[in-house]
Amino acid sequence: MPATPDRNAIDVRSVSKIFGSGADRVAALDNVSVVIRENEFFTLLGPSGCGKTTLLRLIAGFDFPTEGQILLHGQDIAPLPPFKRPVNTVFQSYALFPHMTVAQNIGFGLEMLGKPMDEVTARVDQMLKLVKMEALRNRKTSQISGGQQQRVARARALAPQPKVLLLDEPLSALDYKLRKEMQIELKRLQHETGITFIFVTHDQEEALTMSDRIAVMSSGKILQVGSPWDIYDKPSERFVADFIGETNFLTAKVEPAEGGKANAILSSGKVISATVAESLVPSGEATIVVRPEHARVVKGEGHLPGVIDNIVYFGTDTNIHVRLDDGGAFIVRQQNTRSAGCGFELGEHVGILIADAAAQVLKD
Amino acid sequence: MARSNFAIKRQPGFATIAIFCFALLYLPIATLVVFAFNAGRSVAIWEGFSLRWFQQAWNNDLVLEASIRSVQIASTAAIIATVAATMAAIATTRTKPYRGLTAKYAFINQPLMIPEIVTAVALLIVFSRIKVATGYSGLGYLIAAHTAFCIPFAYLPIRARLESMDLTLETAAADLYATPWKAFTRITLPLLWPGIIAGLMLAFVISLDDVVITEFVKSGGQDTLPTYMLGQLRRVVTPEMNAISTVFLLISILIVTLFFFISRRRT
Repeated sequence: MPATPDRNAIDVRSVSKIFGSGADRVAALDNVSVVIRENEFFTLLGPSGCGKTTLLRLIAGFDFPTEGQILLHGQDIAPLPPFKRPVNTVFQSYALFPHMTVAQNIGFGLEMLGKPMDEVTARVDQMLKLVKMEALRNRKTSQISGGQQQRVARARALAPQPKVLLLDEPLSALDYKLRKEMQIELKRLQHETGITFIFVTHDQEEALTMSDRIAVMSSGKILQVGSPWDIYDKPSERFVADFIGETNFLTAKVEPAEGGKANAILSSGKVISATVAESLVPSGEATIVVRPEHARVVKGEGHLPGVIDNIVYFGTDTNIHVRLDDGGAFIVRQQNTRSAGCGFELGEHVGILIADAAAQVLKD
Repeated sequence: MARSNFAIKRQPGFATIAIFCFALLYLPIATLVVFAFNAGRSVAIWEGFSLRWFQQAWNNDLVLEASIRSVQIASTAAIIATVAATMAAIATTRTKPYRGLTAKYAFINQPLMIPEIVTAVALLIVFSRIKVATGYSGLGYLIAAHTAFCIPFAYLPIRARLESMDLTLETAAADLYATPWKAFTRITLPLLWPGIIAGLMLAFVISLDDVVITEFVKSGGQDTLPTYMLGQLRRVVTPEMNAISTVFLLISILIVTLFFFISRRRT
């Protein structure tokens, strides 16, 4: 099936989900709208309780929205029960059927769809091959490892060829190394099958590595939708900047400049060039963010003077914590070279140099 | 190391008390079993080994009849009670907690709380009215009464099993196009079997050795094995009773052991 990138797989329109009533009333989703394109690896990212899993459950049909519509290829699926939706889920706990073999688990969906036995068998073989589990087809699911269970869960959800595959933190139970492998494997799988993936995670690194686009969620709302690059380098709000990676927040006086940019006057009086989110006209006091790897520590004044507070080494990089003369704190990430040390010492008076256009003005 | 000094096993007198308790529990039963093999007519004076009382019990038509009736009642009541208990267990676990759910638990389990003699008298009165009105006096009354008090015994292991089952499995089945009925028959029921079997066996054993309610509800000629034995004991006590009890004990132990292994089996 050739991908038509401008077609919408899922169109969530003004969806709210309210749990409880009266004083216990909680809006798990508060008027959320988002479009997920066909053939896209889309991630819902946010801390626990932000509503990402609720949104996934509404798309799967395990819960129904209090308000709003959910369109699948233009058709409203919000009132349909889960077994009538061409959407499958990979559960966080995998939820493999313990009384069935690996092959029976994978074939379950097709069997329920009433497919003839030979078609089911052929498809199960194909799926086993896809996830490299042919040798274990007749094992009980309790007799295989966590990573293998994860593969079976994926194969089971993909076997009926759903229009959209939902993944609810499927990697969170795996150890670090296996998780890294699975991230690459999942991405490959999405590419090969051409199915739209909606992936839920609280792990920002996972989201950045795998996604085509990310929606950052907090308290039942979607704060920003964009490519990993957009989300990381051009966060629109403080929460997004803070949640994704390490960030330095600075207060500055901003004024508009040419080409949609702004000039930010720092506490030291130095002026740097900053980018601005679309639709924002910066003026007056504002918060700007600078990623630790977009700044350097230099001998002398730089843009911001300060004293080195702490030096934290972690393999590839070193983080240099600087206490600014204006009272704030700033972290600089510096890549390690073969030569020993980072070239600076604790207590040393240094300056911070911010790369050109690396600062981003937030809408506060 | 200090902890093991406080272990209950090391407390002075522990062994003595334990032995005393076990003796109190099992000596009478052991005596009963031993005298089932007595050659003489006494249940107190040992006169040598013999299987004559087993043989006599086996050839006693009344015993055979009562045994068959007991098994009929117990199996029918246990099956009906287990079906009802399974439905009740699903209804009370596969739902969001709501006001009155605890009251329902209590309602289902109330036969455990109400003194058996009260139930017995109540059933006697109600059933005698129905007997007069309908003229029916078959085993139905006993089966109905046994079903009623077996339900909570069947309900408990089934509910325990359901509560330990991962709800996501049923969600996953629905996600994979299984209708609610298909999800029940393909996922819930197969995983619930050990609980159902355990409930069935427990109900069977409970029904098999009931005396009080049976004694009140039965019509003439409807003795079950326990009520037959009770009737015999009023007259003359021979080791035949011991022999019957021993066989009874053996069957109960077998069923309870089976129950133990089935309910312990985890998926």
